[in-house]
Amino acid sequence: MNFLAIIGRVVLALLAEIGRLSLFIWQSVSHIFRPPFFWRLVAQQMMRIGYFSLPVVALTAFFTGGALALQIYYGGNEFNSESIVATIVALGITRELGPVLGGLMVAGRVSAAIAAELGTMRVTEQIDALTTLSTNPYKYLVVPRVVAAVLTLPLLVFVADIIGIMGGFVVGTTTLDFNAGVYIKNTVDFLKFDDVMSGLIKAGVFGFIIAIMGCFHGFHSKGGAQGVGRATTNAVVSASILILAANYVMTSLLFAN
Amino acid sequence: MSDAKIELRNVHKRFGSKVVLDGINLTVPKGQSLVVIGGSGTGKSVMIKCVLGIIRPDRGEIFVDGKNVLKMDSGQREAVLRKFGMLFQGAALFDSLAVWENVAFGLIQGRRMKRKAAKDIAIEKLAKVGLGPEVGELYPAELSGGMQKRVGLARAIAADPEIIFFDEPTTGLDPITADVINELIVDRVKDLGATTLSITHDMSSVRKIADRVAMIYKGKIIWEGPRDRIDDSGNDYVDQFIHGRAEGPIGMDVLKP
Ligand SMILES: Nc1ncnc2c1ncn2[C@@H]1O[C@H](COP(=O)(O)OP(=O)(O)O)[C@@H](O)[C@H]1O
Ligand SMILES: [Mg+2]
Repeated sequence: MNFLAIIGRVVLALLAEIGRLSLFIWQSVSHIFRPPFFWRLVAQQMMRIGYFSLPVVALTAFFTGGALALQIYYGGNEFNSESIVATIVALGITRELGPVLGGLMVAGRVSAAIAAELGTMRVTEQIDALTTLSTNPYKYLVVPRVVAAVLTLPLLVFVADIIGIMGGFVVGTTTLDFNAGVYIKNTVDFLKFDDVMSGLIKAGVFGFIIAIMGCFHGFHSKGGAQGVGRATTNAVVSASILILAANYVMTSLLFAN
Repeated sequence: MSDAKIELRNVHKRFGSKVVLDGINLTVPKGQSLVVIGGSGTGKSVMIKCVLGIIRPDRGEIFVDGKNVLKMDSGQREAVLRKFGMLFQGAALFDSLAVWENVAFGLIQGRRMKRKAAKDIAIEKLAKVGLGPEVGELYPAELSGGMQKRVGLARAIAADPEIIFFDEPTTGLDPITADVINELIVDRVKDLGATTLSITHDMSSVRKIADRVAMIYKGKIIWEGPRDRIDDSGNDYVDQFIHGRAEGPIGMDVLKP
């Protein structure tokens, strides 16, 4: 086939997908603010998205904080390291690694679960059935998941921040023989409210991405079990990439001055 | 034509390059039962979903009680949807909800009825399809195909609709269970005095529930008449279909999905 024709087709397909996604996001967001509100479903989803992600996120944060402490110690010339390890662990975790790694882990768990659940509902006509029962599927399925994810991701990342810093502290005070009091003082002195806050804002955006990508791919899955499998994979991959891209954009915006 | 409950005029729908509906004209008179027959993948479900607003046709007009539903805003459309009940091909029960919650779904979510009152109605509707109150506490996955269809029927009639759609109500059932479902459909429709549009390729179902019959082929209605005329329709397509013959004007290529 003609090379230009192939490129043209790929670009068109991409534009069509972006168009569909924009429409989907617009539909979903517009329903967030219009009654009726399904509070019970939001609470249920917060439980599923937030609470059950805690172990995964906590473990990720703990080991990341520990590894970060080791890297800074070995990477620096071991001179003056006692003060910089604590500071860099705290900043690195709260600004970047907490939200990004937390977001990626939750994307793997939650985007996949949402896409599989809604994808199955799509191919078994359960989503169509909602419409015939005077219930808007965006309102009933998408909004609770999006709201729950946007609210819980910052909470999860806040926990990840604490545990990540603890990971650094444990490694610092055991393996590296730092003084515990000095380590804590260095963490508290250098860590600012803005550092934590920027990470939590990022987490809220990542929550939105995770839920929307899961819902979008679930809603548009077709072709039986295979289609649902494809939707699940696409949801995780696209959510992960968008998280990394959004993180870059937000870092450049939030820390511009 | 003042007694037309539903009317489709020149409805077209294609997916990509595949033409599914190619100018459908069909009228369902008030209080009557129209059954549309046709091979698998001929667009029967797509046609019904166009009337329900789940799929938007590319061209044409659809009237319910004389009003064009394609020209309505979402509020008016929701009001019209309240007149409908629908039994889906695979029953499309919500597998995360108990049977009684499925039946009561449109009452609780769509009409904001109290759960207690809605449960009483659900139990009453379950009784009408021959299921005891204990079934209400089970989950859809615990039911046989025939029982799922019964629950789907109970859910479709829960809000006393004026119009009911049945999408292949007997597909996948053994002949005896199929006959039970057919009789239930006839009885419940009689109670409600509802207008119905059904889809099937099961001829015993046609003979039991239809007042009028229409046949869809290649995206068009090619024949329509009263039930008693299907055996001497004088139409080769209808003859081939109702006798299930491989030879005839309908080529096998179109019978494949
Ligand atoms: N949402 C959709 N996107 C693309 N193709 C579809 C969609 N829905 C239905 N089709 C296609 O339209 C044709 C008719 O489908 P359908 O109405 O389900 O057939 P049936 O007469 O068996 O109910 C099929 O070939 C199907 O693949
Ligand atoms: Mg069908």
